[in-house]
Amino acid sequence: MKFLAFASRNGKEIIRDKINLCFGIGFPVILLVLLSLIQSHLPVDMFKIDTLTPGIAVFGLSFMSLFSAVLISKDRSESLILRLFTSPLTSTDYILGYTLPMLPMAVAQTVICYIVAFILGMKVSVNVLLAVAVSIPASVLFISIGLLCGSLLNDKQVGGVCGALLTNLTAWLSGIWFDPNLVGKGFKTFSNIMPFVHAVDAGRAAIAGEYGKILPELAVVAGYALIVTVLAVFAFKKKMNSDDV
Amino acid sequence: MTAIETKALTKKYKDKTAVNSLDLTVEKGELFALLGVNGAGKTTTIKMLSGLTKPTDGDAVILGDSIVKDPLKVKEKINVSTQETAVARNLSVRENLEFICAIYGFSKADSKKKADEMIEKFDFREIENSKAKTLSGGWQRRLSIALALISDPEVLFLDEPTLGLDVLARRELWSIIEKLKGKITIILTTHYLEEAEHLSDRIAVMSKGDLKAVGTASELMELTGAKNFEDAFVALAGDGKF
Repeated sequence: MKFLAFASRNGKEIIRDKINLCFGIGFPVILLVLLSLIQSHLPVDMFKIDTLTPGIAVFGLSFMSLFSAVLISKDRSESLILRLFTSPLTSTDYILGYTLPMLPMAVAQTVICYIVAFILGMKVSVNVLLAVAVSIPASVLFISIGLLCGSLLNDKQVGGVCGALLTNLTAWLSGIWFDPNLVGKGFKTFSNIMPFVHAVDAGRAAIAGEYGKILPELAVVAGYALIVTVLAVFAFKKKMNSDDV
Repeated sequence: MTAIETKALTKKYKDKTAVNSLDLTVEKGELFALLGVNGAGKTTTIKMLSGLTKPTDGDAVILGDSIVKDPLKVKEKINVSTQETAVARNLSVRENLEFICAIYGFSKADSKKKADEMIEKFDFREIENSKAKTLSGGWQRRLSIALALISDPEVLFLDEPTLGLDVLARRELWSIIEKLKGKITIILTTHYLEEAEHLSDRIAVMSKGDLKAVGTASELMELTGAKNFEDAFVALAGDGKF
């Protein structure tokens, strides 16, 4: 159970980084409010609260990648990781220790998004609970992307890759702000190959009560989550055993 | 009884040999210093013995377990104070101490008890609830060393532990290390010759990855015909340039 001690330390590190935490949770909420205000003045189907909220929830999860990547890359840049690598922690302890504290945070972030959506007029329904549950594979995917980037990149690089590139890719390729069909066939095909639009559509299907549509979308997200998790574990183990931590 | 035995321990980085077929024996309870100029292979030796890097060739047995075959068993018995300060910066002093106890498998109650002991021993009472990142460099270093001791290691590696400490802090740390002598096996690397001479039972001098000589400070002086330990070190580590 040594991983629990490590997970507890990691949870404290993330929670005590107030700027990152406020930005990660606050930014998606601000977007939700702003776009809802636009919707109230200039109605756009895509910005209806039932359609918008699952998208913003997935967009918010992209910040989980940033949190986990920054934590790991910072640890790697400091001598603490050398101390930990000489301790009896195994690679499984590290991976669980980095992943576990992120999951409740991801769920909490999604719940906050839906609470704000209720305030903005979303109908309170049991389907929201399903939408939160449906977001878990996407949470695992984003946390694993963070673990992968944190294992391979330094703390400055992860800011660019996870902070700028990934959040923008998530925004563009998920159908939150615009329909990928409007850009063209190639863009739509690429969006469909990537997991982000499927994560959003799974949430939208849950909110709409279209239960039959959830699993096919979720399967794509879960597949990506599995592949990225395996890659992240491989990259972390390789880094752990290399001369250049 | 032997605590550490290295057998042709070798580390190569591409075509550079950092440690060349090192054969050493360290007795249980001994304070053994590794000396050498920069690039001599001291830190690489400690990194191999503590499981931070794998040997290219050879092996070392620490208290009966091979660093190559059973690194995890070795890690349960050792702890390391690295050259740089190694603390969790966003945790308080107490949280750091309890965190390290927990990852070495101590129960919550034992972790608290051990943390209390270290807080007393290292005079952390006034800063126990301060985050590590808010402490001065000297206090962070003290905390880093306390973290290396809190797991009750049977073998302790101290890689330049007094680097960056002022004279008073260095003397305080010497006093702590002296109290550990005979109780646990300590491998110390340092650039301060007086530190090695003052604290160590035996000293190994390394140069360019090779072991040049092993013995007590007076044995090394006798070996080189030097009048003092610094001259003996220069004669052994300096490749006869001086």
